[in-house]
Amino acid sequence: MIEILETGPFNTVQDLGRPGYRDIGVSASGAMDPFAVRIGNILVGNDEVAAGIEVQTFPFSLRFDRRTVFAVTGADGDPMLDALKLLPWCAYTAEAGQVLELKHPPTLARAYVSVGGGLDVPSVMGSRSTSLRGSFGGNAGRPLVKGDRLALGNSADFAPVPANGLAVIEPAVALRDVFPDFVDGTLPVRALPGGEHALFPDDGDAFWSQTWKISSRSDRTGYRLSGEPIKPTTSIEMRSHGIVPGVIQVPPGGEPIVQMSDANTAGGYPKIAGVIECDLWRLGQARIGSRIRFVRSTHAEARAIEQAVARYVEDVRTTSEMIKRALKAMA
Amino acid sequence: MIATLNNHMPLREIVPAAQGRARVSSIGARSFLLEAPGEFDLAAQRRIWALSQTVRGWPDIAEIVPGMTNLLAIFAEAPEDPDTVVARLLEAWDNARSIDLAGKTIEIPVHYGGEHAVDLPALCDLAQLSDREIVRIHHEATYRVFALGSAPGFGYLHGLDPRIYMPRKTVPSLKMAKGCVTIGGMQTGVAMLTGPNGWNSIGYAELQMFDPASPTPAMMAPGDTVRFVPARIEL
Repeated sequence: MIEILETGPFNTVQDLGRPGYRDIGVSASGAMDPFAVRIGNILVGNDEVAAGIEVQTFPFSLRFDRRTVFAVTGADGDPMLDALKLLPWCAYTAEAGQVLELKHPPTLARAYVSVGGGLDVPSVMGSRSTSLRGSFGGNAGRPLVKGDRLALGNSADFAPVPANGLAVIEPAVALRDVFPDFVDGTLPVRALPGGEHALFPDDGDAFWSQTWKISSRSDRTGYRLSGEPIKPTTSIEMRSHGIVPGVIQVPPGGEPIVQMSDANTAGGYPKIAGVIECDLWRLGQARIGSRIRFVRSTHAEARAIEQAVARYVEDVRTTSEMIKRALKAMA
Repeated sequence: MIATLNNHMPLREIVPAAQGRARVSSIGARSFLLEAPGEFDLAAQRRIWALSQTVRGWPDIAEIVPGMTNLLAIFAEAPEDPDTVVARLLEAWDNARSIDLAGKTIEIPVHYGGEHAVDLPALCDLAQLSDREIVRIHHEATYRVFALGSAPGFGYLHGLDPRIYMPRKTVPSLKMAKGCVTIGGMQTGVAMLTGPNGWNSIGYAELQMFDPASPTPAMMAPGDTVRFVPARIEL
């Protein structure tokens, strides 16, 4: 069991989401940075799909009531265990009664707490993610509040971690060649032209060339971008159609909306572009008020990035299993 | 980074629906949207249903989302060659025979008028009909569920009488109640969540239509027939 001691208003239980039900109007939900959840779960010895806590409003703290392997991934910033500074992207063992505290991270948006065995909230429609809009899943379909107690699953086999932690080189560093860094404080986000791209003048130049700011009216459902409005040359009436996270729609006002993890399942605004799937986690780590720029990508590039991510995840998995096997043998 | 055109862009040019060719576009690298040409009608939707059955069986598909005379196909990973995907979808569309789904019939009791029918007076003005006429036209029609989406369990219903078409609002109602019976353009439906809503409310239905704990969470399914039964008319 863990108990939430302190939390902001929008922290939720999330896993890799609930895909497969968009055809009945149910958003997939899931972590805004699924990459961090996958790595966190591997570090603590879980299946990738185990549920953890997405922390996007800080400070946040919780108490473990039994010996638990845990890791904090995603955001930068150092987690604290009973006032002892720890590393992010590193699995540790907490003893019963110890308190984990997350302070506001310096630059990124969301931290993930993974625990050995995962959070044992009921699986609803195949996932433990919180559906805020549908008010189901996760912890009773709502954000965490102070005093909430969450059960942990049984890790069949208490996976040992070294006394001073088991760390990975985080994706942004290990895959620096694959994920270009901020340029003058602006995050480059790669996208492919969307279905209505051709409706925008000058090959969409106004969209691709400007720096957009993530407005304060942004949340897990979508990011509203502020900047110089862009307008299609003709306005068209679209029939409702399925959409996915990453779609960049242009509503009549001309300021684009990027759908995120709690993306609506259907839309009808013109789609100027779509963020490539493997860059969504970076957008999920971009804060309200920060600046982004869209970089025109290619299908081949998107596929190459996808494969690089898969190789990295596989590498982390194999290595961490190897270390744990060795530790067990020595014990 | 060097920006290059996607080599399958030519297939994605904007083709007005009337030109008779289906159109395939993409969202990111894994999702492809096929839009049927022609009218927004049952004939086109029957072919979308047939297409859905075909595409659902493809081994590399993660999920499909049928929409209003269109289909979004989501692949498990970015396919090797997007041109091949576009060609496969267009070919499957060409081969899609019209099928009719043997749906069930759902009767939805409606309280027409009353406090939830906030847009009924505006519809009377627009349609130049009395509120009684509008209610009669709405409940006498038989509707088909074309697709679900937008909110858990929400069914887009086709079959609205053109006399009571009403465009979506440019400024949505901020807090429309779950259960409101609404008209959005040439469609009608029942609001599934309380919240912002751009459709026009003419009544209210109590019926529970979504239960996440059920093995079949959504009451409606594509192909179902829906009838609205006046439980009460308060004008």
